[in-house]
Amino acid sequence: MTKKLVIEHLNAWFGTIQALKDINLDIEENSVTAVIGPSGCGKTTFVRCLNRIHEVVDNAKVKGNVLLDGENIYSNTMDPVLVRRRIGMVFQKPNPFPTMSIFENVAAGLRLNGTKKKNEIADVVEKSIKMAALWDEVKDKLYKSATTLSGGQQQRLCIARTIAIEPEVILMDEPASALDPISTARIEELIQQIKERYTIVIVTHNMQQAARVSDYTGFFLLGELIEFNRTSDIFTNPGDKRTEDYITGRFG
Amino acid sequence: MERKFDEELKELSGMLMKMGSLAQTMIYKSIKALADRDRSLLKDVYTLEDSVNLLHVEIDDFCLKLLALRQPQAGDLRMVTAAIKINTDLERLGDQAVNIAQRTESLLERPAIKPLVDIPRESTIAQKMVNDSLDAFIKKDVKLAEDVLTRDDTIDDINNQVFRELLTYMMSDHTTIPIAFDLIFVSKNLERIADHATNIAEDVIFMVIGKDIRHHLSIK
Repeated sequence: MTKKLVIEHLNAWFGTIQALKDINLDIEENSVTAVIGPSGCGKTTFVRCLNRIHEVVDNAKVKGNVLLDGENIYSNTMDPVLVRRRIGMVFQKPNPFPTMSIFENVAAGLRLNGTKKKNEIADVVEKSIKMAALWDEVKDKLYKSATTLSGGQQQRLCIARTIAIEPEVILMDEPASALDPISTARIEELIQQIKERYTIVIVTHNMQQAARVSDYTGFFLLGELIEFNRTSDIFTNPGDKRTEDYITGRFG
Repeated sequence: MERKFDEELKELSGMLMKMGSLAQTMIYKSIKALADRDRSLLKDVYTLEDSVNLLHVEIDDFCLKLLALRQPQAGDLRMVTAAIKINTDLERLGDQAVNIAQRTESLLERPAIKPLVDIPRESTIAQKMVNDSLDAFIKKDVKLAEDVLTRDDTIDDINNQVFRELLTYMMSDHTTIPIAFDLIFVSKNLERIADHATNIAEDVIFMVIGKDIRHHLSIK
């Protein structure tokens, strides 16, 4: 196994409140890692620390190391913008750029990153939308506003937008929680397909979703990582009683 | 937090216990009918089989609904899958009792060729194994389940001994063949009953600690 991300002694705060306490775990390349836990357990903070967007919040602080291919993303020489390029993120609520067309939404990141050739942009946009399993639904209306799409389509557009700049890791913070079951199934299917090319970390409230899509699962509680193991083990024979109680719905 | 699902799991345990006690009664009566040469006990065995068969279907149906509607995880998942397997073993226990009852009917039509010694002993051990495996299930008692597993060899030894002894009868007097044959089958049925108890004990261990010890294989 190749370790894509190595998280060492990661601590995070909001002001004086500590949201993450000494998190240590390795994330395998080309795998899907699910992060589960009750509200307020720190799972969203955890993924936001993985691409340096936690620190964007006022008074937020991070301590510890996150090694991307062995290189600490928190070292002084690392440019946070470059980190976020290599580690992309999809948020809970689909957030396409509302004033832009479907095409422009996907092209925007490329343009910001300096790609100028028109046909190159068009190629990447088509490839990304296809990879996000959205092409057949939008190919005839690429220049319509992204807001004309359904929620599920918008979320796949956001995934296409993330994929377009070819990140190495994709963080997903409850990417399907605002979607209907069919759209959710599409997103889950998509995650399974694209993990061949990317390393994916997904935060989810939906335990069945974690069980369905992920290879590894981490269970967080009150800012601590209680258990991290293969998903098949976590859901059949968890090692910690608190994990068992959470996934069987005894609390949370 | 007590969940509605916990009530359903208790109900499932209750159904299995009921089925287990019916199967145990069937075994007890079929063997007692043979030992006491009392044909009147056999009717109960056949009547009880209907109840066991009904529970067999009801328990599978209930488990299927729990899997579909509750989507159990972890210990709950192991409990429901163990229940499905134990259900099959309990139904087979009933079948073995019916087989013993049928052999007994044929045996009671002829005089005994010898006093029964080993078969009652085998039956006592096998019945205790069934009883303890079910006890281990309801108490989630891994130690007791492991203890059940250690007794299977004794049963195999007795079964072999019964076979060898009855073989000598058949060789010296061919008129004993039908009787000896029936007795060998009864002993074999008891040996199978002990195997089902062993299966149940193995399922209990998996259910409680998540470790599959069957066939001395370790998957992980």
